[in-house]
Amino acid sequence: MNQHVATQPLKLVYFAWVRERVGLSDEIVSPPPGTETVAELVRWLKTRGEGYEIAFENEAIVRAAIDHTHAKPAASIAGAREIAFFPPMTGG
Amino acid sequence: MTPIIRIQREDFDLGAEVAALARGNASIGAVVSFTGLCRDESGRLAALELEHYPGMAEAEIARVAAEAAARWPLAGLVAIHRFGLIRPGEQIVLVIAASSHRREAFEAADFLMDYLKTRAPFWKREHLADGTLGGWVQAKEDDDKAAERWS
Repeated sequence: MNQHVATQPLKLVYFAWVRERVGLSDEIVSPPPGTETVAELVRWLKTRGEGYEIAFENEAIVRAAIDHTHAKPAASIAGAREIAFFPPMTGG
Repeated sequence: MTPIIRIQREDFDLGAEVAALARGNASIGAVVSFTGLCRDESGRLAALELEHYPGMAEAEIARVAAEAAARWPLAGLVAIHRFGLIRPGEQIVLVIAASSHRREAFEAADFLMDYLKTRAPFWKREHLADGTLGGWVQAKEDDDKAAERWS
């Protein structure tokens, strides 16, 4: 694969206090080539501004989902259409 | 057995849901339900605001319901979760499990609630009685422990 080809555009969605800290409910992003996992995506997002830095301050707390399924930090984002970030759930 | 899963703003009626489940299924001998209500936290709260992730909320509850159906011989399963502004005394969530005998229904309802709390993408925010906006409710470690008992 040509490493200069940018990663395909990806929809990100944010919920609860992650949404408030980022300042957006959703956005389309093009992560740099080589961004292969959820953890790497988070690391890149944190370079995009103070809101992201604050939202992902404690990376162990923020949860992620890939295409509506819970995902761990090491999960591959290859082929993902929508990635969500949110706090631990408090429903029920 | 197809689980009934609904994510809705409107209230729900336990009696109507049980009647619908039992209608036309005479194999059901046990129905166990759990209803979660909004507390006022000793007068501190005016309401809870429930945010959810549309699409994933339904998908995740469906996965949990499928797990319950694989573990216990169930004749019916209902999970209804509301979103939006919910005031003290109002209903938030309903789980119903039906089976031929009571043990399976009790356990499946308990399982469904434990997993719904830790896996379904819902978040509660407090609206305070003094009219101000409170904080986001923090997840409880006890809820994670409760869910871990089933693994």
